[in-house]
Amino acid sequence: MSHEIVEKRIGLMGLLIILVVSGGGLAEIVPLFSQVEVTAPIEGMKPLGALELEGRDIYMREGCNVCHTQMIRPLRAETERYGHYSLGGESVWEHPFLWGSKRTGPDLARVGARYSDDWHRVHLRNPRDVVPESNMPAFTWLEGASLDASGTGGKMKALRMVGVPYTDDDIAGAAATVTGKNELDALVAYLQQLGTILKGKR
Amino acid sequence: MTSGWSLYITLFTLAFMIGACWLVWWQRKGSPGGVGFGESMGHDFDGIQELNNPLPRWWLGTFLGSILFAAAYLVLYPGLGAYQGLLGWSSRGQYDGEMKDVEAKYGPLYDRYAGMAIPALLAEEQALRIGERVFANNCARCHGADARGGVGFPDLTDDDWLFGGEPDVIKATIAAGRIGVMPPFAPAIGGEAGIPAVVAYVRSLSGQSGDAQLIEQGKAKFQAVCFACHGVDGKGNKVLGAPNLTDDIWLFGGKPDDIAFGLRNGRTAQMPAHADLLDARKVHLVAAYVYSLSHAPTEEAGRAGGKPPRAEADDEHEKDRDSQ
Repeated sequence: MSHEIVEKRIGLMGLLIILVVSGGGLAEIVPLFSQVEVTAPIEGMKPLGALELEGRDIYMREGCNVCHTQMIRPLRAETERYGHYSLGGESVWEHPFLWGSKRTGPDLARVGARYSDDWHRVHLRNPRDVVPESNMPAFTWLEGASLDASGTGGKMKALRMVGVPYTDDDIAGAAATVTGKNELDALVAYLQQLGTILKGKR
Repeated sequence: MTSGWSLYITLFTLAFMIGACWLVWWQRKGSPGGVGFGESMGHDFDGIQELNNPLPRWWLGTFLGSILFAAAYLVLYPGLGAYQGLLGWSSRGQYDGEMKDVEAKYGPLYDRYAGMAIPALLAEEQALRIGERVFANNCARCHGADARGGVGFPDLTDDDWLFGGEPDVIKATIAAGRIGVMPPFAPAIGGEAGIPAVVAYVRSLSGQSGDAQLIEQGKAKFQAVCFACHGVDGKGNKVLGAPNLTDDIWLFGGKPDDIAFGLRNGRTAQMPAHADLLDARKVHLVAAYVYSLSHAPTEEAGRAGGKPPRAEADDEHEKDRDSQ
């Protein structure tokens, strides 16, 4: 009755269950912690500026990532439309990352510099003005909401604690950069830098 | 991947597979403690008895099959640490191969069209259709699926050009982008009081009626300030992208309020550069498509420079939009 050794010792059984359940993670996830491909930033990458950082928070607050992924897979059908496939090194300073596998709207990993600032403003105010078939909601309130500059430096400090290389100057100058700007400015600034470091022709 | 991590993954994976095999082997005998198959294990819960039944064959078969599948997979494909697998497959390799196949299939076609001048491409239906697809994927978001633009985004079908409509200029516009800037001019034309006069004069340039005195005042201001970019006659300057004000085609609307807004706040319009985004051969084809929207192929043989037949309809469309 050797299986009784396990069956009658709940502590031992719990330990073995944890071992079995974590097996996949231990073999597939843990080694990634030390892989250069997914821990080192790609060449030329800079941390988000103060305005872009605020824009990213608005992007998350409005749930843009619910419909728009930021992850281009290495498939021709995707790279022909969106550009070079995403690399792990592009996401090393993302806290949290905004990838995804469900696309209601197009992927935005490389939307930066593809449209003019004015296009983004018109499009966010009312997407139907430039894309008649769009079912994206209108974000009319962003323009009238000014940014709260008091929190920007703190956000940068928090991100520095988890490895984003912000300098003291970045943090000290954050409030001044953000003051007087509205949420639409911030969101457009964030969108316009997305994926612009890696060039890949379609 | 360092050899240490490679070894860690390999040993971990193999240990789990061996462990799973051992589990089946350990439990293969259906008679723990001498209890025969089908007999009671001595456990009775409210009348529900546990009998000593063997694992169902189909279940055991599936379990062993899964282990065999995993073993075969790990031999053929990458998985065991740094080992690349007998097939040498990688997702990047598959992607690169796919791109190479596509280039081999379509590359010669793109190359052939890339070697042809844009006016000559107007006779190539296939080239224009490729250009149309490229346009739909990359340009339609601003210029519209019908290329007729919108407020702030130029109509490409009317043969009226901000920076010039010659084939090479269109190509340069797509590749390098354009920025058209008009600074706020209210202070230079006498502040708020000067705006109605300049608006009246600008509108009169394209034949709109207005107060004669205002137009006269506006003309003086225009000749002192606005002429620098728009020209003394108001016909614009393609080097700067300053619009022709005499043709009743309006990028930001031609109503008095629209013009006054531009004078007060300035206007900026940007066409993003596409040289880093699009293959040069596709830029060539989409330039040909854009050129074809205002140039009929037959016209090319002996270009007299006259307006294409559809231009009249475009003007109508332009007026409709402005009056909305």
